[in-house]
Amino acid sequence: MAGARALGVLSRFTSRRYALFIGNNFRTFSMAPALLARTHVNYEVKGDVAVVRINDPSSKVNTLSVQMQREMTEVMNEVWANNAVQSAVLISSKPGCFIAGADINMIQACNSPEEVTTLSQEGQKMFERIENSPKPVVAAINGSCLGGGLEFAIACQYRVATKSKKTVLGTPEVMLGLLPGAGGTQRLPKMTGSEGQNKGKGRGFDTLSKPSGCMKPLHNLGLPSAFDMMLTGRNIRADKAKKMGLVDQLVDPLGPGLKSPEERTIDYLEEVAIECARGIVSKKIPLRKEKGRMQKIQDHIMSYGFVRNQIYKTVHGKVMKQSKGLYPAPLKIIESVKTGVEQGPDAGYLAESQNFGELAKTSESAALIGLYHGQVACKKNRFGTPQKEVKTLAILGAGLMGAGIAQVTVDKGVHTVLKDTAVAGLARGEQQVYKGLNDKTRKKNITSFQRDSILSNLTGQLDYRGFENADMVIEAVFEDINIKHAVLKEVEAVVSPHCIFASNTSALPIKDIAAASKRPDKVIGMHYFSPVDKMQLLEIISTDQTSKDTIASAVAVGLKQGKVIIVVGDGPGFYTTRCLAPMLAEAVRVLQEGVDPKKLDGLTTSFGFPVGAATLADEVGIDVAAHVAEDLGKAFGSRFGGGNVEVLKTMVDLGFKGRKSGKGCYVYQPGLKTKEVNPDIGDILEKYRITPNPAVSSDSDVQYRLVSRFVNEAVMCLQEGILNGPLEGDIGAVFGLGFPPCLGGPFRFVDSFGADKLVEKMRRFEAVYGNHFTPCQLLLDHANDSSKKFHK
Amino acid sequence: MAAMMLNAMRRCSLRPSWAMRFGACSLSTTTQLQAQVQTKSKKTLARPGVKNIVLVEGVRTPFLLSGTTYADLMPHDLARAALQGLLNRTNLPKDAVDYIIYGTVIQEVKTSNVAREAALGAGFSDKIPAHTVTMACISSNQAMTTGAGLIAAGQCDAIVAGGVEFMSDVPIRHSRKMRKTMLSLSRAKTLGQRLGLIGSIRLAHLTPELPAVAEFSTAETMGHSADRLAAAFGVSRLEQDEFALRSHTLAKKAQDDGLLQDVISFKVPGRDIVSKDNGIRPSSMEQLKKLKPAFIKPHGTVTAANSSFLTDGASAVLIMSEEKALAMGYKPKAYLRDFVYVSQDPKDQLLLGPTYGTPKALERAGLSMSDIDVFEFHEAFAGQIMANLKAMDSDWFAQTYMGRKTKVGTPPIEKFNLWGGSLSLGHPFGATGCRLVTTVAHRLQKEGGQYGLVAACAAGGQGHAMVIEAYPQ
Repeated sequence: MAGARALGVLSRFTSRRYALFIGNNFRTFSMAPALLARTHVNYEVKGDVAVVRINDPSSKVNTLSVQMQREMTEVMNEVWANNAVQSAVLISSKPGCFIAGADINMIQACNSPEEVTTLSQEGQKMFERIENSPKPVVAAINGSCLGGGLEFAIACQYRVATKSKKTVLGTPEVMLGLLPGAGGTQRLPKMTGSEGQNKGKGRGFDTLSKPSGCMKPLHNLGLPSAFDMMLTGRNIRADKAKKMGLVDQLVDPLGPGLKSPEERTIDYLEEVAIECARGIVSKKIPLRKEKGRMQKIQDHIMSYGFVRNQIYKTVHGKVMKQSKGLYPAPLKIIESVKTGVEQGPDAGYLAESQNFGELAKTSESAALIGLYHGQVACKKNRFGTPQKEVKTLAILGAGLMGAGIAQVTVDKGVHTVLKDTAVAGLARGEQQVYKGLNDKTRKKNITSFQRDSILSNLTGQLDYRGFENADMVIEAVFEDINIKHAVLKEVEAVVSPHCIFASNTSALPIKDIAAASKRPDKVIGMHYFSPVDKMQLLEIISTDQTSKDTIASAVAVGLKQGKVIIVVGDGPGFYTTRCLAPMLAEAVRVLQEGVDPKKLDGLTTSFGFPVGAATLADEVGIDVAAHVAEDLGKAFGSRFGGGNVEVLKTMVDLGFKGRKSGKGCYVYQPGLKTKEVNPDIGDILEKYRITPNPAVSSDSDVQYRLVSRFVNEAVMCLQEGILNGPLEGDIGAVFGLGFPPCLGGPFRFVDSFGADKLVEKMRRFEAVYGNHFTPCQLLLDHANDSSKKFHK
Repeated sequence: MAAMMLNAMRRCSLRPSWAMRFGACSLSTTTQLQAQVQTKSKKTLARPGVKNIVLVEGVRTPFLLSGTTYADLMPHDLARAALQGLLNRTNLPKDAVDYIIYGTVIQEVKTSNVAREAALGAGFSDKIPAHTVTMACISSNQAMTTGAGLIAAGQCDAIVAGGVEFMSDVPIRHSRKMRKTMLSLSRAKTLGQRLGLIGSIRLAHLTPELPAVAEFSTAETMGHSADRLAAAFGVSRLEQDEFALRSHTLAKKAQDDGLLQDVISFKVPGRDIVSKDNGIRPSSMEQLKKLKPAFIKPHGTVTAANSSFLTDGASAVLIMSEEKALAMGYKPKAYLRDFVYVSQDPKDQLLLGPTYGTPKALERAGLSMSDIDVFEFHEAFAGQIMANLKAMDSDWFAQTYMGRKTKVGTPPIEKFNLWGGSLSLGHPFGATGCRLVTTVAHRLQKEGGQYGLVAACAAGGQGHAMVIEAYPQ
């Protein structure tokens, strides 16, 4: 079933390519107390420059763990005490990672907000010492520099970064419901902007801090960009960071030489950073840059309190509009920044550490961190390496889905064949793939040359020529079992024996499709979500007959396409469609009870869904919704009732198929951002009007009626073994259907809300509506025993 | 028969065993030249069934910094001067060649087949076909090898090949939008349509498009790539400056000693007679040290002084089959022997052509590095030359990127670019190849060596190498 277009929050949440928090704490903790030789931080003195190298031997990325911090403190003390050393360079020995953030397990191991606050204050102190270092410290950044890593870098006097694609800077804490808790909220507003160096607490690197003309220390120039970074958590590439003033100098990544490109690039970065450190000591490189005229004007404007207040107000308003106040972290970030700017550094740092402590223990943070862990887990192939790598992938049907699948495949070096039955359809599909790549070119993510060379991997055709070379065929043809059977037979007639047949269906049981196959072990379901290039989730459906290698291969393809993958059992609607159907049925009933679509959308979004239920139905397509409602209604019986399917059918008959047809619950006009309720559906709803029962029709009741049916069905999927575990259930619901991320998914929601409370509500609804709300056995078990939790 | 065998062998393996090849050679009955006793590991590279192709003469106009004395000319004027110089030197009848090929990189739109325009202008018979080739900095190498191919295939017996580059004037275009408007304007039928189109012109339309010495595929300028290449191989600024100084010093000496015999005098219309390259400027390390990096700032190592400069110039060579040359009474200067073209990653290995080309050309010829007496490598940047020398000296690089067991080996510096190079003499992109080949021939004559090697890199990540054998004196 198609998901939603506007899942901005989600796509942002997941667009990150590098792990920011990796837990490797247990080992770290056990080693920490012993007086072992340093394993994470080392340094070497090159002439008068100390080169401090970071390398966590037990992980692919560096994190600011307890041991890392302890060793760093030791090393810095030695550097400061060494009279031969004039300056220092801080560099990671790992290709592709500077410091990816704080050790998340270190934070989760704390038992109280106060403990986390102390942790934050220790971090603040350490970075304050770096900031006030009498010997300049140059951060040499190659690879991800995120969270605590960025906070470390901006405490240094100077930053040199490689222009490598892997070099990204950012403060992704907000996506985990946290804030940059080691001075980030205080330093970042002073960093970004064009001034290279501006001391946080006004106690700069003293030998060089001469007053620059009439300017008073600049606070706010970077306020808007700092807010943008901290509130969106987005990654910033090195060249952009240089423009923002976050980085002082850039170094080009090198190609092959006398060493591998990765090694040599790090060496080169080190050489350049050492020169910079010497330049700073000899004052050839000034730490304060002259400001341009525009800069001075901006500074002047920002020195007015009311201007700054206006900024806080605007940002606060935007956050409230987008988050509906359901996420505390962005608000705390604004508060911490504001305190620092308006009341001075001491108050600011204190506010930051206290807010960090509070946030770390919120349920929202726990939910988001849970999703993060889940996402990491769903990016692994638990079925092992497939026997044969898929090098040629054929896709049947060049519609929105087919072309979308081609789009995410072709740029991964896989030869992609896109087959349709008509020239017009094929042309549209190929144009979609081209446009996707061309948009990347326009955003300068890839060059036009890369675009062209990627497209050379795509073959568009109308026949089965060359299918004998295909390792996998994914069909994305019309959702009709007869058509699916026909293409399956056509495909099996031409492909080689090892070729896998995957069906991109949203509701048809895979075993029914496989019934027409000569080799059911090679048949699998791959349920993509629309738009394929934006939606992260891939739901893979295996039947009893699907071989393990087939699953492994499908997962491998999905991972290559950059998907977060859940593997579920076969059945009508699998997992995602099955959860969504009862909720949509309930939404139709709510509409029939006289609730306006806009009101319905408001109720769902204020619960945390990124897209309202009425809009979601339009996005999915009213015809698809009707089709699914009918199919699943037949399969599951009256439990899937609620709203009258005739409402949807009448809408389809009148041509109101949702966004794609221009009319659904709303009227869509190209170019117009605002949408109005479709005036014609009033009559339809009037015709099927139901009188609401006031006992279960308050706003809150309506919300829980929608959510409880979703959640109950999800739990039932776990009970029936459709789901492998609650983790995949949560990931599927959040990434595929837009279940509120702040609740962490249906299972985490049951844990935090309380199964007993949920069952109590459902019993109340059940009394009015009957078996639509009958809680399933597993949910009842959890309600009866409060010690039972889905997530430990 | 033997030739077929040889070809098959060459195709099977790039390193045919020496004895086999020698054996094959000994079967031949053709050439009288084998009698010449040489101290080299091989007597000659002549092969049975393969025509000997000889360089009869090579000339070039003086290479001038662009924007100087040639500033008001057009590219074909320079090419014409080179062709006329060749005619004068060789007393070649104007209808005696079968074909004319020129190489050029940045094309003047009016003379896109500059070979034809220059040939007509130089007084060659209008019955001689001419075409223009382009392959970046190895364009005139391509012109020569194309000619060699025509001779080897029996199509032609005498070829003039050359190259020209004119950087004093390059085509600067209107923006795409403006061009589109102008083209529509020419098709507009009514006054209203015309006025509408004229009215649609915005200030932004008037921004011109300048040509850049940048890779189309990566959008990186060559200097930037050279700087990264130098850094990748750990070439220091000092090494680069030293090499640049060496190039200028050697060029100056060669110029003063009158060794650059390929340079012809050219009376530039409206100006004086030009008879010397004007880019040779030996200075001091102190002065070189002062320059700031030109591409990667502030920590780069490639500067204006250790890069080749924008140059105007043209070159021409007369190539013939040996029989034809002898029949016409010429005394050839050298044999053009095995050559290769190579290509690699245009981003990170843009300028490593010589490293890849050298071993292949040597292996084709069955020679080793120590057999070569004269090396002439194209000096695009001092950093590029040093990087190539380091790459050729690295086992790791050879094993990891070239699929070789051992390193290529470096040319001995005392045989390397002894009369200056592109850094000092100048580098008119399209014309440099002929200069390299002619210089090798002249150096072999002067120094008494037998084999020479030309190698060059080119934009697009391509490269070329050619083995040249001295013609018995």
